[in-house]
Amino acid sequence: MSRAGYRAPLALASSAVLRLEKVNKYYRVGTHSLHVLRDIELEVADGEFVAIMGASGSGKSTLLNILGILDDYDSGDYWLGDTLIRNLTERRAANYRNRFIGFVFQSFNLLPFKTALENVALPLYYQGITRRKRNQIAMQYLERVGLRDWAEHTPAEMSGGQKQRVAIARALIGKPRLILADEPTGALDSETSQQIMDLMSEIHQTGITVLVVTHDSDVAARTQRIIRLKDGKVMSPHEMLPGTSHPGMQVAT
Amino acid sequence: MLVALLTAIAIGIGALVALGVLVLLAILVIALLKMAWVAIQQRRDLFSLDRWAEVLDTIRRNKTRTALTMISVAWGIFVLVFLLGLGRGLDNGLRHTFARDATNGVWVTASKTSIAHDGYDVGRKLTFDNRDYERAKSAKVPGPGGQGIDHMSARYFIKGGSFGGGEMLTKRNNKANAFQLNAVYPDSIYLAAQFVESGRFLVPADIDQRRKSAVIGRGVRDYLFEGENPIGQWIQIVGVPFQVVGVFSGQGDAEQERQIYIPVTTAQLAFNGGDKINMLEFTIGEANAEEAKVIADQVVAQLAERHHFDPADPQAVRVHNNVEAFERFSKIFWMISTFVILIGGFTLAAGVIGVSNIMMIAVKERTREIGVRKALGATPSSIVFMIIQEAVFLTGIAGLLGLSAGLALLEVAARTVQNEFVRNPSINLDVGIAATIALIIAGALAGYFPARAAARVNPVHTLRDQ
Repeated sequence: MSRAGYRAPLALASSAVLRLEKVNKYYRVGTHSLHVLRDIELEVADGEFVAIMGASGSGKSTLLNILGILDDYDSGDYWLGDTLIRNLTERRAANYRNRFIGFVFQSFNLLPFKTALENVALPLYYQGITRRKRNQIAMQYLERVGLRDWAEHTPAEMSGGQKQRVAIARALIGKPRLILADEPTGALDSETSQQIMDLMSEIHQTGITVLVVTHDSDVAARTQRIIRLKDGKVMSPHEMLPGTSHPGMQVAT
Repeated sequence: MLVALLTAIAIGIGALVALGVLVLLAILVIALLKMAWVAIQQRRDLFSLDRWAEVLDTIRRNKTRTALTMISVAWGIFVLVFLLGLGRGLDNGLRHTFARDATNGVWVTASKTSIAHDGYDVGRKLTFDNRDYERAKSAKVPGPGGQGIDHMSARYFIKGGSFGGGEMLTKRNNKANAFQLNAVYPDSIYLAAQFVESGRFLVPADIDQRRKSAVIGRGVRDYLFEGENPIGQWIQIVGVPFQVVGVFSGQGDAEQERQIYIPVTTAQLAFNGGDKINMLEFTIGEANAEEAKVIADQVVAQLAERHHFDPADPQAVRVHNNVEAFERFSKIFWMISTFVILIGGFTLAAGVIGVSNIMMIAVKERTREIGVRKALGATPSSIVFMIIQEAVFLTGIAGLLGLSAGLALLEVAARTVQNEFVRNPSINLDVGIAATIALIIAGALAGYFPARAAARVNPVHTLRDQ
């Protein structure tokens, strides 16, 4: 990962979905301050399929939360598209999350008392779209993940794979530019994991940027590029194991 | 020394409490303002069916919790409404008791001495005369601007009535009945809570010229005239003809309107009174109980001087000081009412705090849901509004139930309990509306703090919790 590439951001600005420059994050634990992210430099081009890997405690969750505007960072710049994400009001942050980013979680995080259809439609509720309209749209997305017949079922009646597909449909319904997936296969068996990753690939094919946080190298292997985190730092390519380096960066630059 | 210390401590505690209350009020005001701001931001949702569907959905999912919350609020408002109504009933009872006479009236009646004084033996029967009436007028609280007598009257007690008192046989054509006959000065109208319905009351000319004018109560008119216009007509009171000049109605009981007023001077002439007076009666304006007592004591002192009795004699004259009595009763009833409102208010507060508590638990239970909603694009204000809407809905519905139940019970009470203490227990419409508004505000406050906690839910932590 060459630093020189970052010194010419203008050329990249148009194609980068997100860009982090010297991002630092501390957690204050009592009197101590834990340096969780150290000078993170990261750029993801539009339409890329990227994995973020790292041992637990490497800071990958924190990074994902910052990318998803669910958490603040202490210094540096985070550009999402053309917008500098810093000191956003909660309202604007919510708006970006709603229209720019789709989340997929390890534990699905579907609302248990709502049907699959209502769960998928929820982001549109926060866009102020009428119930009729959003249910209609939600049905299209459910169909896309192959769960049309399960529209009226609650999450409790569905398998893990089905729940994750509902969650993916929900992430897609807001037409985001970026999907952030946090261990999307962590709670699934390997066969279902494969299906979910197939779905992720499909999504990527449609031109949406997909960023997957995982510690599963099989999952990571299906992406175009792997970013490795260690102790809060992005490891440069020469630090990585030769077999896992990806050509993604070159594609982006 | 000790007293000073205790006083200082008491003042200190008082100041602390006052400060605490002020801080609390400030917090509440800020909370309300913030909520108003949120409501403005979310005004689109206030009328959104979708939004209400969401609220109803949550409520339906937690039936037990909802029911418990609603019971506590409903009970609170029920108790408050009932106690307020009861307080009102007590107040009505008090006012009715005093309704017949002016609440600022003082009556000084001649009686028998019980202490030997100035060479006179005990048991002497006292009467006043017209000069006492003239002299008493000047009584006032010493000092500039001191309260004094503003309306002065005196009565001559006509004896020999049908029942040994002042009930005199009154005739018109072939109808006759015994009515209480009062010989008074014109200002007597101010001493009873009554007003002239038609014609006029007595005037000074009636006194000066000893006219045979009579002002009759509504009851008398209804009996003697049966719908005819009585003004200018003549009636016979124990054989003496009087001309009806006016009709009055009163705020007290029916007995008050079965009376006749004639000029005291005419009565003295017609019924062997000479210049005798049996009672002085006067109102004392805006004077309080203490000032009223000073004035009454002055009048008694003047009488004692002229009629040679001991001013300290408890029996020589009977003084009825309505100001004092009314103030004493008012104080007692005020205390009861305050007590009642406090109890009701605290019960309601307990209910509202209960709602707040339950909402707080609800927020805790729903952290994950709130986290998900935030991740999907819910703004903090929409979360705050969601929780507040729920709280207001719960307290509102429960409050209205409690309000209706309280009003129903008051209605039943008003029909069954009617005595000298409690009369027409009820609450005004404005009190009901105020209570409802207060309830909605209370509901919003109850929801506000849990809602704020909800808006602070950090999706990062909640969504990764397994």
